[in-house]
Amino acid sequence: MQEKQLSTRHLLGIKDLSAADIQLIFEHADEFKEVLQRPIKKVPSLRDITVANLFFENSTRTRLSFELAQKRLSADVVNFSAATSSVKKGETLVDTVNNILAMKVDMVVMRHASPGACIFLSQHIDVPIINAGDGTHEHPTQALLDAFSIREKIGDLKGKRVVIVGDITHSRVALSNIDCLQKVGAEVMVCGPATMIPKHLAKLGVKIEHDLDKALAWCDVANMLRIQLERQDTDVRFFPSLREYSLQYGLTQERLDKLNKKIVVMHPGPINRGVEISSEVADGDQSIILDQVENGVAVRMAVIYLLAQQIQRS
Amino acid sequence: MAKKKVLMDEGLLQIVIQRLCHQLVENYSPFEKFILIGLQPRGVDFLKELSSQLKQLYPNIDIHTGIIDPTFYRDDFRRGDKQLLAHTTKIPVNLDGYKVVLVDDVLFTGRTIRAGIEALMEYGRPSAIDLMVLINRKFSRQLPIEPLFVGKSIDHYDGQKVRVIWKNEDNASSQVLLAQE
Repeated sequence: MQEKQLSTRHLLGIKDLSAADIQLIFEHADEFKEVLQRPIKKVPSLRDITVANLFFENSTRTRLSFELAQKRLSADVVNFSAATSSVKKGETLVDTVNNILAMKVDMVVMRHASPGACIFLSQHIDVPIINAGDGTHEHPTQALLDAFSIREKIGDLKGKRVVIVGDITHSRVALSNIDCLQKVGAEVMVCGPATMIPKHLAKLGVKIEHDLDKALAWCDVANMLRIQLERQDTDVRFFPSLREYSLQYGLTQERLDKLNKKIVVMHPGPINRGVEISSEVADGDQSIILDQVENGVAVRMAVIYLLAQQIQRS
Repeated sequence: MAKKKVLMDEGLLQIVIQRLCHQLVENYSPFEKFILIGLQPRGVDFLKELSSQLKQLYPNIDIHTGIIDPTFYRDDFRRGDKQLLAHTTKIPVNLDGYKVVLVDDVLFTGRTIRAGIEALMEYGRPSAIDLMVLINRKFSRQLPIEPLFVGKSIDHYDGQKVRVIWKNEDNASSQVLLAQE
């Protein structure tokens, strides 16, 4: 019998995963979700594993989620954030990480502002790496927890229609989501102003729509991305004003009520209330935003558990 | 499997399971704060047989059942090439003060049972945990664990494997086999 196991040593992006890998992660996330409902929400599997969380870019949700996942697997955790480190003194990425590994760390979780930073690192160090977001490239665990949350809410993803709305160009969440959803058999559409949708995207087999109401009428699930306000302050403006964006692409209860079906509403956070999504929708009964956050811990536990199995005990 | 010997055929298996059901009633009736828990993966099939037989013998008795997966508590994580994959756990009650009978098909080294007991403890503090196994392989224990209820005890030889096969779509009949690896 062929033993099931992940086909990859690292999780650098969804592109490392096969459909069977994603299935295996989901099956384990189901079990870890059960663990999180127990009176004692902890298992001893990773007692002798130390994980370093290297955050070269700010994050609250993802970092907390990873840290909780590691602690609930009984791993030892060391946290590192660039703001308070020797990176400020000019140390290179490989040197920084090698110094941390010299202290006997078994696994690395990294977020970095440069696309491909995790891939680069994987060529220079020998421990499993989990990408927690690299620039505008990939954010694989977010995509996995999004797909897991959809599966939990409406069942098997095969044939389900998911629209991703917002700033696709600058979104690592969008890219990972497209890849992940397609691998599990869902149909994907992106929706947003033409300035925020890269031209090559159609090559990925994704539908493109600029009218939000049409997109909503087509889909079973709408994943509303955050408008990155900080990018609006630069020389290039991607839309005329926040108010105009909100009028055209903001998800309101009124828009949802016009549909003759109940779609599922998602958001990877942090939310700009009243911009891409109204408060009423974000807190409404069609929203699974908090389920996404809850599932994030279980999905990350599954990824870490499955990758840690491949580390041979010395 | 090369050489196979039938340890129990369907008829004998039936008799043994009925005896175990009677023993449960003898020892735990009226089943207050009682739960029968199958150990993943193969103890679950045995649990199914037990509870359906129990229903037939004692239609008025209603007992709690659950399943527990010991995977995350095993002591061979990252020791060898074998992947430890998780299975479903379903414990419907908080186990505080419960009498638990843990059910598995074959007791060998006792290591899985140890992991199972540790997993159970995460659901509360049972007043007692007893062990019921269909096949007890004697002289092969690596931990101080002994079953209270035994279907059949057999001597153990290195390289032999005990396999319990339950009747389903693939198998015409239930039986217990001893095979030379």
